[in-house]
Amino acid sequence: MGNVVERQTRGSVRCCLFGSFEVCGNMAGLELLSDQGYRLDGRKATELRKVQARMGVFAQADGSAYLEQGNTKALAVVYGPHEIRGARSRIRHDRAVINCQYSMATFSTAERKRRPHGDRKSTEMSLHLKQTFEAAVMTQLYPRSQIDIYVKILQSDGGNYSVCVNAATLAVIDAGIPMRDYVCACTVGFVDETPLADLCYAEESGGVSSLALALLPRGGQIALLQMDARLHQDHLETLIEAAMTACKGVSKVLDEVVRQHLQEVSVLSGE
Amino acid sequence: MLKSKTFVKKTRSGGVMKIVREHYLRDDIWCGSEVCTECKQESTVLQRDACIESNLCSYPHYVIPDTNVVLHQIDVLEDPVIRNVIILQTVLQEVRHRSAPVYKRLKDIIHETEKHFYAFTNEHHRETFIEREPGESANDRNDRAIRVAATWYTQHLKTSESNADGLKVVLLTNDQGNKQKAEESGLLVYKCEEYIKSLIGNPELVDRLALSNDDKHDITSSKVLFPEHLPLSKIQAGIKSGAFVQGTFRASRDNYLEATVFVQGDGEESTEILIQGLQNLNRAVYQDVVAVQLLPQNQWVAPSSVVLQDEGAAKDDNNDEEDDEDEEKALRISAAEAARKPTGKVVGIIKRNWRPFCGMLNISQIKESTRHLFTPADRRIPRIRIETRQASTLAGQRIMVAIDGWPRHSRYPNGHFVRSLGKAGEKDTEQEVLLLEHDVPHQDFSQAVLSFLPKMPWTITPEEMARREDLRNLTVCSVDPPGCTDIDDALHCRELDNGNLEVGVHIADVSHFIRPGNAMDREAANRGTTVYLCGKRIDMVPELLSSNLCSLRSNVERLAFSCIWEMNHKAEILKTRFTKSVIKSKASLTYAEAQMRIDDTTKNDDITKSLRGLNKLAKILKRQRIEKGALTLSSLEVRFHIDSETHDPIDLQAKELVETNSMVEEFMLLANISVAQKIYDEFPDCAMLRKHPAPPPSNYDILLKAAKSKDVEIHTDSAKALADSLDVARVDGFPYFNTLLRILATRCMMQAVYFCSGMDSDFHHYGLASPIYTHFTSPIRRYADIIVHRLLAVAIAADTTYSDLMDKQKQSALASNLNYRHKMSQYAQRASVAFHTQLFFKSRGILNEEGFVLFVRKNAIIVLIPKFGLEGTVFFDAKDKAGPKLVFDEEGPTLNVEQHTFRIFDKVKVTISLDASNIQHQKIRMSLIDPVIPGVSVPAPDVEPQAKKPKLDR
Repeated sequence: MGNVVERQTRGSVRCCLFGSFEVCGNMAGLELLSDQGYRLDGRKATELRKVQARMGVFAQADGSAYLEQGNTKALAVVYGPHEIRGARSRIRHDRAVINCQYSMATFSTAERKRRPHGDRKSTEMSLHLKQTFEAAVMTQLYPRSQIDIYVKILQSDGGNYSVCVNAATLAVIDAGIPMRDYVCACTVGFVDETPLADLCYAEESGGVSSLALALLPRGGQIALLQMDARLHQDHLETLIEAAMTACKGVSKVLDEVVRQHLQEVSVLSGE
Repeated sequence: MLKSKTFVKKTRSGGVMKIVREHYLRDDIWCGSEVCTECKQESTVLQRDACIESNLCSYPHYVIPDTNVVLHQIDVLEDPVIRNVIILQTVLQEVRHRSAPVYKRLKDIIHETEKHFYAFTNEHHRETFIEREPGESANDRNDRAIRVAATWYTQHLKTSESNADGLKVVLLTNDQGNKQKAEESGLLVYKCEEYIKSLIGNPELVDRLALSNDDKHDITSSKVLFPEHLPLSKIQAGIKSGAFVQGTFRASRDNYLEATVFVQGDGEESTEILIQGLQNLNRAVYQDVVAVQLLPQNQWVAPSSVVLQDEGAAKDDNNDEEDDEDEEKALRISAAEAARKPTGKVVGIIKRNWRPFCGMLNISQIKESTRHLFTPADRRIPRIRIETRQASTLAGQRIMVAIDGWPRHSRYPNGHFVRSLGKAGEKDTEQEVLLLEHDVPHQDFSQAVLSFLPKMPWTITPEEMARREDLRNLTVCSVDPPGCTDIDDALHCRELDNGNLEVGVHIADVSHFIRPGNAMDREAANRGTTVYLCGKRIDMVPELLSSNLCSLRSNVERLAFSCIWEMNHKAEILKTRFTKSVIKSKASLTYAEAQMRIDDTTKNDDITKSLRGLNKLAKILKRQRIEKGALTLSSLEVRFHIDSETHDPIDLQAKELVETNSMVEEFMLLANISVAQKIYDEFPDCAMLRKHPAPPPSNYDILLKAAKSKDVEIHTDSAKALADSLDVARVDGFPYFNTLLRILATRCMMQAVYFCSGMDSDFHHYGLASPIYTHFTSPIRRYADIIVHRLLAVAIAADTTYSDLMDKQKQSALASNLNYRHKMSQYAQRASVAFHTQLFFKSRGILNEEGFVLFVRKNAIIVLIPKFGLEGTVFFDAKDKAGPKLVFDEEGPTLNVEQHTFRIFDKVKVTISLDASNIQHQKIRMSLIDPVIPGVSVPAPDVEPQAKKPKLDR
C-alpha cells in the first residue's frame, strides 16, 4: 500500500480565467507581498496563521474535532467503523470504505448562500477528502465496514481544503481509528518569486497560483497534491518544498493538541 | 511564530459586504536606525549623523512626511540632498492608492541605498498600530496613525542609550489640523515649505516645491475665468446617459484656442469632436482624458486654418483676456461659412496625463517678480506659470517643469521647476531634450540593474565550455561600420571535405547574460532598443555587456549563438543547424577594410579566403532574393564628419555603400529567416516575428503620378512587379532619376512591425519578399532579438523556458512596446540628424545648392538636396505680404507660380540658411534662386569661397 500521489490537471478554461485573474488581481490594488517582506495581514512569507483546535467536541459521535486556522473554522465529525449502510455492493472485502461529506455553512462566507444539496465544488472537495484519508487511514484493519467523515466549514477565509483535512485528522484520531500518520494539509501560493504559506482568502482571490498539499509528515509522503492554476514548471519544486515545510509546521501544532487532549482525558478518567 | 492578533473589520461599500481580515501585530519590526541598540536588526538604513543644515532643526533628525507631502512634493524628496527619511506603511499604502506613478517613484527612492529612506511597517507593529475609532474618518485615522508612529520613534530614539547626539524625528505635514494635533502631543512638526525653505545652502530646492492648494490665492487674481469641472460621479452618470462622451484631448499644434477630442468608438468608428475657445477648452491639457458635452448644432463651427500662437507675455490676466476675446472673435468670423463639424465643450477631466515638460522660461518683465511663464517645447502644451527665484540663471536654459494644477481663476496652469537641462542650443542640452520629448529612457542604469552584471574579470567556466560547441579554431571575423564597439555578429566560411561550403553566422549570446525576469531584463525590455544619435549611443544593456562581454571583438573568447549552414556552390542550403558556441574572432574589420582585402589579389590568408567565399555566396543569394521580388529601396542617409575636439559637425555626406555592406546584410537576412522558420515550427503560438504588410494600392498614387510625368510606367501589383519596373525606370540625361524614384517608393511603404505569431495570421514580409521573418542578429541593441534567442535556445534544448515566454498575451504586449520604442527611436534619430544639420549650417552660414523637387504642395515645393540628404520646404506664400498667384493642379501634381510651373523631379537651385528666430524651434530655411521668378526667388547670395561647387551629375 504505497502512498497515493494524486495530481490534478484541469481543462484550459480555468487556465484562461486565471490569466485574466492575475491581471485584475494585481490591478485591483492589493499588494500581496510588500518590499519589506510582509503580507497583507502582517505575516511573513513562511508564517502560518494561528491554529487553535479542540478534540471531542461532541459526545454522541465516535470522534469529533473543531479547528480554527486564522479565520477559517471547521468542524469535523467521524462515525465508525461500522457496518456498511445502503447498497451492499459497496462492500470491500479487504478494507473499510471511507465516506466523506464536505459542506459549508450558509453563514460561512461574506455573502449568505444557501447550498441545501451541496454544489459541484463541495462534491469535488468531498472526493478529495476521501482520497486523502484513504491514503492515511489503515483501512485494511476493518474489512467490510465503513467510516464516515463529515466536515463542515463554519467560517471560510481561505484554505478550506487544508483546514478540513487538519480538522478531520483530529476527529479520526479522536475516534481512535488507526492512521499511518497525521495527515496535515496546507495551501501555498506563489507571488513575486516567493512561496507564501497558508493563504488567506484575500490572497487566494488576489490572483495567486495556489497549490494544496496533504502530507504524511513523518515519512514525507504526499497524500494529495492539487493545483488548478498556471504555474511554470521551474517553480513547482520550490512551491512543493514550501508546502511540505508548512505541513510539518501544522503537524507540530496538531501533535500538541492531541497530547494536550489525551492528558485532559486521562486526568478526567482518573488514570 | 505569531505574536498576537486582533481583528479588523472592514466594510466595503458598493454591495454591502462585511469583510473580516486578520491583522497580525508583531514585535519583530525594527526601527532601522544606526543608533538603536534595542532592535535586533541585521542591517540599518537610517544614518547616525543625519545632518542637514537647517535653520529650524540644528540637530540631526529623521524626517517623516505625511501622505500629501509625499504625493505633492515627490520632486523634492527625489533630490539627493534629502536623506534619512522614514516612510510609514500608512503613507506608502495611501500613496499607492492615490497615484501609481508617485508610488513607483517613491519605491525607487526607497530602494536607493544612498538616499537612506526607510520603509517602516507601522501598521503591523504592536506599538504603533491603532484602530479606527467610532466616528473617525479613514483619513483622520491615518493621520493619527502617522502621529502615533512619529511619537513612537521619538520615544524609541530617546530611550536608546547610545543616542548621544540627540537624534530627533521631524514630522512634515501641510495639513493645519494635523499639525496642531501633532504639536499638542509634543512632536516636532513643520510645514513642508517651512522645512525646505529652512535648508541652508540648497535654495534651488525651494523652486521644486509644488504649489499646494493654500497658496493659490496669492498667485492669481480671484476672478473666475473658467467654468467648474464636474465631479467624477456626475461625469460617469453623464457618460452612461449619453449626455457626455469620453475621449482623449488633442490640442492643435498651430492654434492654441482649438483642439479636438478623439473619441474611441466601437471597432472602427472613432470620431473627433472639435473644441474651440478658451472657455470650452476649459483647462484641458494635451493627452488628458476628458468628458465632452456636444453643443447644439447651430453652434457648431469649422476648424479654422488660422495659425494662432499664444504670444501674450506675462501680462496681467485681465489684459490677456481681452486679447483672447479678440482672437476668438477672429476665429468665429473665419469659420462662419465653411463646413461645420461637431463641436463641443469640455465639462470635466477624467484623467490628467501630465508629465514633466521640457521648455524655456519667459522672464517676467517686472524685474523683481518671482513668477514667470514657461513655454514648453511642444506647442500643444499651454504655457505654465512657475515661481522661481533663480529666473536670471534659468533664462536661456532648457528646463523641465511639472504642472501642479490649474485653478479656475488662473489663465495658465501653475507648475514648479523640476530641473535644468542646460543651456539652450548646446549639444548636450538639445540631446537631452530630444530624448525626453521622444520618451527614450536614457537614465544611467540603476544599481539594481547593474547588480545582475557578471563579475569581472570574467572567464568562460569549464562547465559552460562543456555545454557549448567549441568553434574557437574557426576563422571567424566581423565586419562592421567604423567605430562600432557593439559588435553583435561575426561570420565564417570554409570549404568542407565533400566540396561543399560551410557558412556560419555567429551572434553574441546576450541571452546567456540577461536572464529572464531580473531587473536587467526588465530594463532592457522597457528600453526595447539601443538609440543611436549623432555622436551618442543610448545603450539598451549596460556598457560592460554591450561593448565588452557580448561584443564579438577580435582575439578574445566570446560566447555566441551560431547558425551554421552547409551550402553548395550555388548557395543552396543543404543543412541548417543552430548551436550555442564559443568563438574567437580573428579580426574585426570595417566594411572598407573587408572590401580592400577581397579586392587585393595578393592577399591569400584564411580571413581573406573566407571573406571571398562569403562574398561570392552573398552575390548569389542577393540575386535569388531579388528574383523572388525583394525590393531595393533607397533613402539617403547622411554621415557627419565630426570635429574630434569640439564635436561639432564639420562636413556632411551621404553614406556610401560598398559590396561588403550587402554581403553582411545578406547573411543576416538568411540567418533571420532560418531562425524565424525554426522558432515558428517549434512555437506556432508564441514566436516573436516581424512582418511588413503590403501597402494599400492608394499609397502608390504619388509614385505613379510622378513616374508618369516622365513617361515611365510603374507596376505595383506585386513587390516583384514593382522591383522590376523600378529597375528599368531610366530617363536619358537624368541619372539621378532612378534614385529619386526609389526614395519616393520608400515613402509609400508601411512600417514593419514585431508581432506574436499566435495573435496574427499574416506573416509576410513585403520588402524582403519572405514568407516569414524575424530579428535574430542584433541582440545587443534590440530586445526582440533576445526573445528570439531565448525561443531558439529552448527549441534546441539549450535553455529552459519560463512562463512569460509562452504567454501570447504578454508576448504581444511586449511586441507593441518594442514597436513603440522602435518608432520613437527613429524619430529621435531623425531629430538628432536635423539638429546636427542645423549646427552645420549655423557654422557654414548661407549655402547655395542644387536639388530636386520631391513633392509639390498647395503652397510650397519640397526640395531634396542629394549632397546632404537634406529635405526642405520652399514656401511661396508669406504670412505678412500678399503672395504670388498660385495655381495647384492635383492631377499632375503641378504648381503654377506666376508663369513658372513646378513638377516633381524638376531641378532647382536654392539657398539654405538657418532660421534661428525662434530659439526653441530652429529650422532650416530654403529659398529659391533658380528658376528665377520675379517676386518669389531671391538673388543668389555670396557664398564663402571655401564652399565648393556641388557636383551633382555623376
